[in-house]
Amino acid sequence: MSTKEKLKVLVVDDEPSILMPLEFLMRKNGYQVYIARNGTEAMESVDKERPDVVLLDIMMPDVDGYEVCRHIRQSEVMDGAKVIFMSAKTKDADIKKGYDVGADLYIPKPFSTRFLIEKIKELTKS
Amino acid sequence: MNYWLVIGASFFYLALLFGLASWAERRSAAGRSFVGNPYIYALSIAVYCTAWTYYGSVGRAATTGLGYLAIYIGPTLMAPLWWVVLRKIIRICRVQRITTIADFISSRYGKNVTLGSIATIVCVLGIIPYISIQLKAIASSLDILTGANEVGRSPMFGDTSFYISLGLGLFTIVYGTRHVEATERHEGMVTAIAFESLFKLVIFIVAGVFVTYGVFNGFGDIMQQATQLPDFERLMTFDSDNGFSQWFWMVVLSMLAILFLPRQFQVAVVENVNEQHLNKAMWLFPLYLFAINIFVLPIAFGGDILFGNADIDADMFVLAIPLSEGQSILALLVYLGGYSAATSMVIVATIALSVMISNNLVMPLLVGIPAIKNRYQNQFTKLLLFSRRLGILLILLLAYLYYKGVAEHYSLVEVGLVSFAAVAQFAPAIIGGIFWKEGTKNGALAGIVVGAAVWFYTLVVPSMVGVGMLPDSILEHGPLGIALLKPFELFGLQGMDYISHAMFWSMFLNVGLYIGVSLLSRQTSQERNQAEVFVDIFRYSTVFESSIVWKGTAYIPDIKSLLVNFLGEKKAEVAMKAYKRKYPEPEDETGKADPKLVTYAEKVLSGVIGSSSARIMVASVVKEEKISIDEVLNILKESQQLISINNELRRKSLELRRATEQLRSANERLKQLDELKDEFLSTVTHELRTPLTSIRALSEILYDNPEMEREDQEHFLQTIVKESERLTRLITHVLDLERFESGKQKLNLAPVQIEEVVRESVEALGQLVQEKNIDLVVDVQHNLPVISGDKDRLMQVLVNLVSNAVKFCNPEHGRIIVSGYYIDGDIKVNVVDNGKGIDPEFHKQIFDKFYQAQNQNIRKPEGSGLGLAICKKIIESHQGRIWVESEPGKGSRFSFVLPVRVNVPANV
Repeated sequence: MSTKEKLKVLVVDDEPSILMPLEFLMRKNGYQVYIARNGTEAMESVDKERPDVVLLDIMMPDVDGYEVCRHIRQSEVMDGAKVIFMSAKTKDADIKKGYDVGADLYIPKPFSTRFLIEKIKELTKS
Repeated sequence: MNYWLVIGASFFYLALLFGLASWAERRSAAGRSFVGNPYIYALSIAVYCTAWTYYGSVGRAATTGLGYLAIYIGPTLMAPLWWVVLRKIIRICRVQRITTIADFISSRYGKNVTLGSIATIVCVLGIIPYISIQLKAIASSLDILTGANEVGRSPMFGDTSFYISLGLGLFTIVYGTRHVEATERHEGMVTAIAFESLFKLVIFIVAGVFVTYGVFNGFGDIMQQATQLPDFERLMTFDSDNGFSQWFWMVVLSMLAILFLPRQFQVAVVENVNEQHLNKAMWLFPLYLFAINIFVLPIAFGGDILFGNADIDADMFVLAIPLSEGQSILALLVYLGGYSAATSMVIVATIALSVMISNNLVMPLLVGIPAIKNRYQNQFTKLLLFSRRLGILLILLLAYLYYKGVAEHYSLVEVGLVSFAAVAQFAPAIIGGIFWKEGTKNGALAGIVVGAAVWFYTLVVPSMVGVGMLPDSILEHGPLGIALLKPFELFGLQGMDYISHAMFWSMFLNVGLYIGVSLLSRQTSQERNQAEVFVDIFRYSTVFESSIVWKGTAYIPDIKSLLVNFLGEKKAEVAMKAYKRKYPEPEDETGKADPKLVTYAEKVLSGVIGSSSARIMVASVVKEEKISIDEVLNILKESQQLISINNELRRKSLELRRATEQLRSANERLKQLDELKDEFLSTVTHELRTPLTSIRALSEILYDNPEMEREDQEHFLQTIVKESERLTRLITHVLDLERFESGKQKLNLAPVQIEEVVRESVEALGQLVQEKNIDLVVDVQHNLPVISGDKDRLMQVLVNLVSNAVKFCNPEHGRIIVSGYYIDGDIKVNVVDNGKGIDPEFHKQIFDKFYQAQNQNIRKPEGSGLGLAICKKIIESHQGRIWVESEPGKGSRFSFVLPVRVNVPANV
């Protein structure tokens, strides 16, 4: 991946108070940021912007995060994209389901932003 | 009327009965039996009403007045007791497969042959006159109708009534002796009888209506004219001399007759398919009696008025009135109605008597003679049917002869009462037998024999004198001039009418001897066994086979061949299979029969050949051992203990099952509660995570980026504060709710004015409303009643509702109306918004805590998810109610009501 080309990150969450700091954080780390406030917006954005990394909340009005993830995994153009769930759902079954639908990582809320950046870097290194 | 027309109608009617009976049997074979119907059962019991009722009641009313009613009052009084007496008899007969009243007596007293035979003889002697009066009624009605005056007067083979008797015999043979097993029900016959009951009732009422309203001008008119009759006063008052004793004995007599007349026993006991049918019959039968008696007096007086001193038999008024009025079709119908009353009695009585004769007279004789027994080894079935058919013809022939010789000289009622008195002799032995264990065979024998002898001497002998068979001097001076033995004044007893006199002496001696001899004599072990089972039948009916005590050796093949001899191969097979189903234990390897099998076989045979013959037959193929009464009683006690232990066990296991069930459901509830708690906990922590995530992210970024622009910094810090507030609110709500749910929340009750609560709540939200540019209208009635409540809590509710409305109302043109008013003893408050509305599906759920979270992954835009749940708790603790009315796209209206005059407990 060219260093010139900025990494595209899509942040999906229905809580403005979470969306806001994450947007700042991504920009701060030199990523091209897109945001979506619900599942439908997220899928539109995926199809349009083809982000390299998707930070995905699960509980949203309309379409939930699992569904969005499946959408990404079924899309050929999104091949190689990284999906990171960040959710307040912390039960083992929820986490397992996240990996089952194709997540690269499942981070329970609340989380450290430093840890998140570290993981994004790790996942996009190669 | 044309003689042949009437004869044709009679035989047509008989053919109709044939058709009906065979239709009923075909239906029954197809599984759609009529006799499962309690109304059919109740109607068949109305076989009680014979030609005696149909013709005789009118005759008696016309000559002796109200006395005719007694024999309907007796059965009416008896009907309520059926549940106690008749149900017990039915159960005993079903369990023991008893098919006649003679067999019942014989079976109760140790299956004694002598007792069965004597009871049979008494029945035959007593009932034949009764059958003969039915023939007489048919003949006289024919006479009247045809004006021939020759029926019954011609020699036998030229006599119409002889051929009618033959026709009846044929019907009875065809529908009464279908099956060799007398326990098998005669469904065709019962259906035909029920039809006849209906037919005679309808026709009699039609005739009554005709006389009352066609010939006269109603009841009043008849009674008016009747007062002119010379006899009127005598007819309508009790005879002061012996009227009361006569009434008393008539009532007693008919109470016993309704139970013990062989035909009543046949329809009410043997043909009963369901004990519950008694419930219907208990009120329907008295109603029937009432209905058929309504028009007796009008017809009787009508006849008296119309015919005066003309020589017309009062028994025939029902027929004579329509005839004299020229109503020949009605007269023909009336004749057929009487014909049906007579035929139904003849048919049922003949069947019952023929079974008695074959099972209690012929069979014991045949099976008791080894030569005959061996010779007819495999032909008993045929022999039985043959004897029954022959019996039927014989009975009818005897009845015919009796009618020709004797009955002609007496009225229907006179002869009928003699029959009643005969069967009444069974009462002590039967009633005593089912309620008193100490009654013995000798007691029963002594009572019945002496009672029947008195009956014969005081009632039959005089009738023989009447027709000239015995000299008059017996009546006037006593036999051989002994005045004490005068049949109508036995032992000098005077002042009673002859029926009361006969009943008094026969019952006095019968009861006295039954009790006296029973107390003095000893029961055999078998008698004792039967006594126990009869008296306690409801305890033994399910375990009958083990409640008959028997000791000895029997072999299965012998038992089987015995059954085959009397039932035929096929039915014996069926019987053995039924036994195997009931007692599936494996057979003994040596081929020895279980005592239960022996009892069972004897029971099955009883249904075919009567209990005493069955006893003889079984005893002939098994080697029995003597068994003492003590042994019998001990074993019975054991089996009773077994039953009670069984019952106890069943009760205990039922209790156990119930307890287990309760435990399980309690456990289930606990589990549910536990799950609810888990869910609540996980939802709360889940709700905490979101603001925490935001706060942590914002703080970290602030910390890691000191060079942030001031504007961003401020925005971040502001958000941190807001999210902290959200956390605080959530925690407060959770604690609030927990306090309400655990009952720890106390209301600070004080007089509250709703107007004030609304105003202050709206003021508190004023800024928010202004910010969002919402049009908020407050419309609260002035001077609303003051209620007792917790003001802070009520404000909490309103703030919650209004802030929800603010959150959800139309974003562009927000409009909220808060209204309050008094209605039906309540204060009602509404908060209306013009937001997007709520699907009715969720109207209940939104008041549940965290309802949105329960909806899996889809989140609803709400606050903590606890606000409405808390509102609901607060309103309910004020004895009020809260709800929402809304539709998607049409806004929402949240309402609550608070009762004005309710004392809210201080510690809710």
